[in-house]
Amino acid sequence: MAALMTERKRSALTRGRLPRYTPYVVAGSAIVVAAALMSLIGFNVFGWAVLSAVLFAAGNVACSALVEGRRKAMDKLATSVVAGAFLVALLPLVSVIWTVLVNGIPGLLAPGFLGTSMKGVTGTVDNASVTNHTPVLGGVYHAMLGSVLITLWATLISVPVGLLTSIYLVEYSADNKFSKVITFLVDVMTGIPSIVAGLFAAAFFGLVMGPGTKTGFVAAVALSVLMIPVVVRSSEEMLKIVPNELREAAYALGVRKWRTILKVVIPTAISGIASGVTLAIARVIGETAPLLVTAGFATQINSNVFAGWMASLPTFIYTQIMTPTSPSNPDPSAQRAWAAALLLILLVMLLNLGARLVASLFAPKTGR
Amino acid sequence: MKSGRTGTGRAGDKVFSGAALGAGVLIVVVLFAVALFLVIQALPTFSANPADITGGRGFFSYILPIVIGTLIAAAIALVIATPIGIAVALYISHYAPRSMARGLGYVVDLLAAIPSVIYGAWGATFLASQLKAPYQWLADNLGWIPIFGGPASGTGKTILTAGIVLAVMVLPIIASLTREIFLQAPMLHQEAALALGATRWEMIRMAVLPFARGGIISAVMLGLGRALGETMAVALVLSSGPLIASLIRSGNQTIAAEIALDFPEAFGLRLNELIAAGLVLFLITLLVNMVARWIISRHKEFSGAN
Repeated sequence: MAALMTERKRSALTRGRLPRYTPYVVAGSAIVVAAALMSLIGFNVFGWAVLSAVLFAAGNVACSALVEGRRKAMDKLATSVVAGAFLVALLPLVSVIWTVLVNGIPGLLAPGFLGTSMKGVTGTVDNASVTNHTPVLGGVYHAMLGSVLITLWATLISVPVGLLTSIYLVEYSADNKFSKVITFLVDVMTGIPSIVAGLFAAAFFGLVMGPGTKTGFVAAVALSVLMIPVVVRSSEEMLKIVPNELREAAYALGVRKWRTILKVVIPTAISGIASGVTLAIARVIGETAPLLVTAGFATQINSNVFAGWMASLPTFIYTQIMTPTSPSNPDPSAQRAWAAALLLILLVMLLNLGARLVASLFAPKTGR
Repeated sequence: MKSGRTGTGRAGDKVFSGAALGAGVLIVVVLFAVALFLVIQALPTFSANPADITGGRGFFSYILPIVIGTLIAAAIALVIATPIGIAVALYISHYAPRSMARGLGYVVDLLAAIPSVIYGAWGATFLASQLKAPYQWLADNLGWIPIFGGPASGTGKTILTAGIVLAVMVLPIIASLTREIFLQAPMLHQEAALALGATRWEMIRMAVLPFARGGIISAVMLGLGRALGETMAVALVLSSGPLIASLIRSGNQTIAAEIALDFPEAFGLRLNELIAAGLVLFLITLLVNMVARWIISRHKEFSGAN
């Protein structure tokens, strides 16, 4: 090392700089030292990785401080901290997905899980399946159906309202006072806590239809309160990037404004709008709190959104964890909850992926 | 095609612009309706005999502990999520290789896509049991600090665990908003700093962070709004109780979780009480969000003038 340093000093350009292989040497020694330390206090892979990373960062900064000076060392320290924070942020993501996969796969593969409801599945059934080691009964069909129906109705309400509002903001308002008010209120709506949206729907239908009204439709209204601002925001962005030349060309041909919007502006922006709507659906399909206060907890299939309590995947997960079907044997309930959680994550991921696909496949053909 | 040539075209214009305006009006109406119906349904709480309110000493002494609990949970979440979120944003905008930055952005968005009930379930089953031993250690060694006062919870289902889960949930918000701001930082300033021989960290400190200060504050405020209103993580993770100073014992409660846990079985005055609590939560988040938006709009004007 010393001989090499003296050799390097000959060039003024490379003086006071660490040789290129330094990080690799530091990383190798950090891994070895960490392994040695961990074997002293009890080995586990996670601790080993963390300790190696910390030692690597510290070693790198120390080497740099010795040879390159304080400023370069500060830079290296900042790089280590920033990269480390990113890795720390990934930990919960990996952990959540791992937990859901490990706990959810057996339940999801259980026969009849996707096809049956919880009707007739009581504590005694669960106890029997635990004591006899038979497969866990009960499924999520009713919850899936409920989730799909409630989300469908929420979409049916929010997309027209949201899209028309964004059309008003972009095409008609010409930035007047009222459009500023709407923009501000949409921003405020984005920040409404989901439980408050649920309370609003519950309070509204409680006054109109009588207290304690809980149906799928009330839940759909609550979800639309959360969904409309997302749709408005994303559609507005998309309509704004439609080039003005297209509108002007349509007007020059004598096309009326509403036909221009319907036939020219919206088709150009449709991919972005569709992906925005898909993302909004992905957001509300996982909402739990508003459904707790608006849709109730059903254990059987209900395909009518206007009458009766309705189950949904998120509330199914919540009730199975909080109040297991059999209080003495919570394992079957936990299995069902995690399987439903895995199903929900798959659903949300598919929607997100679909949104990205839609956006990239039918990307608006703007000027080049 | 025919309709375009006859008089219906004009009618179509009117109908269409009317519908667009109507949708805008509807949003205004809905938001006022939210406030109005909450107020109407909450009113009985304020006129009721204080002895009939939960706790028996009136609405104010009922709501105060859970407001403080809400603030504690949100504060824990922000203390953890703010530095990590800013660092994640910096990593994506200024450190990661260009080709990876987009993909990493998606990964952070993935964190935001996971439904809250799943975070809650994860926090209650996995995280809480992992944190039992650290809490025990905190109680044994730092127990003289009130917030770590023992005896530590045997299940790990404490407000600190709930706060950590909340931190995971607000992290993607803070990260993606600040990333946008960092990407907007003027390239010329950054290149000038590098040309003068600044290291990357010095460049970020001199050219990026000062520019992004307003944006960071508003991103944190928006994260705060989310943390205050988040329900499921707290409802599933926290084993609630009266207001206590210690973060590692079971106790405390937040407004959102209180509503989620009690609303399904509530009736009569209790229902009004919970709606009043929801109204308080609405007002708090409204205030936080409005301040955040105000900072953003001020910041926009500032950066537009440059």
